[in-house]
Amino acid sequence: MSTVFQRVLDNITRVRGVRGAMLVAGEDGLIVAESLMEGVRGNAVAALAASLQKRFRQAMEAAAVGMPHFLHLQGEDGTLIIVPAPDGMLVVAVGAPDMNVGLVRLEMLRAAESIS
Amino acid sequence: MASDIKAMSAELARDPQSVVFLELGEALRRRGQLEAATGVVLGGLEHHSELVEAHDLYARLLVDAGDFRRAQQVWSGVLERSPRHLEAHKGLGFLAFRESDLETALEHLELALAADPTDPSVVRGLQTVRGAAAEAAVETAAETAAAAEEVAGEDRIFAGLEGAEHGLLLMDDRGRVLGGRLLGAQGEDVSDAVAAFLAGAAQEAERTARMLGLGEWRWLVAEGPEGNVYVTPPTAETLLLILRDRSVPSGRLAMLAERAGDVARQWLERQQL
Repeated sequence: MSTVFQRVLDNITRVRGVRGAMLVAGEDGLIVAESLMEGVRGNAVAALAASLQKRFRQAMEAAAVGMPHFLHLQGEDGTLIIVPAPDGMLVVAVGAPDMNVGLVRLEMLRAAESIS
Repeated sequence: MASDIKAMSAELARDPQSVVFLELGEALRRRGQLEAATGVVLGGLEHHSELVEAHDLYARLLVDAGDFRRAQQVWSGVLERSPRHLEAHKGLGFLAFRESDLETALEHLELALAADPTDPSVVRGLQTVRGAAAEAAVETAAETAAAAEEVAGEDRIFAGLEGAEHGLLLMDDRGRVLGGRLLGAQGEDVSDAVAAFLAGAAQEAERTARMLGLGEWRWLVAEGPEGNVYVTPPTAETLLLILRDRSVPSGRLAMLAERAGDVARQWLERQQL
């Protein structure tokens, strides 16, 4: 993993409540870099995250509200956040239900800018 | 009457093939002696199976005994032999009316009237059945109108909720719009297009949440430059979608989603009844 990618992921996972983060190629759903907790099937999650993002991108374009720049999936026991970078890569973070979403969002937007 | 019955019985005893059984059977029936009447008629039919009047009397005895199904068969047999048989049409009309089959009842009674336009019982029967048919038509029209209103109501599932006419959509996981409507920037209906793109999104959200140990997924919000989309699953097979411009805070979206989700669940329950 390149040091740039590693640093980007570290900045995200340092936020309290974040359990892991990864960079995913948006078009094919493959992992570019990852820092996930053990036991998580990164490849599958990356593919699903990319597919979800693609669906919402198409739906939101159809609804004329533009391409999504932030997706937040809330579960009972945790949170998934996806931020598309301008070059098509996806910044993905997984966290606890009570993680500071605002702070994570800020770090992810920075990450998206820095990797493009 | 008693003496007539006695005399007819004596005659039939002397000549078992006598057609007096018809008169005797009718007399016994009128006295309410159904079992005796039935015995006489069935005995007579053994010698005169071609006699449609005997079959007609037997059918009326069956009606008296409450065996409507058999009576219908017997009268149908009478009509095969004698298609314009007045009593058979009257009897079948009565049985059809009893089964609320007004169309068939009318058909038989009109044929009965054609056979004998002066029969007052047919005229009365026709009046009764036509009145019932008119009432049924009114009821059917009312039911049809109610059903049409229910269908039209699919567009108004969320009536009364904020943005119900342009920013609330209920769809199934195959991308089929169940209710509500989304309008695009120019006011065009984009419901089907949006729903089609989000087909399967609920399953993917569920799988993603499961793989990441996020528990059951509650909602997903996607923010865009011109608006936000909030989706949540009111049931396992459906997806509720709210589209709002960016000025609407996410907390307000969540509250609206909760109310719309309740409405959607109630509507879905009604559809299953």
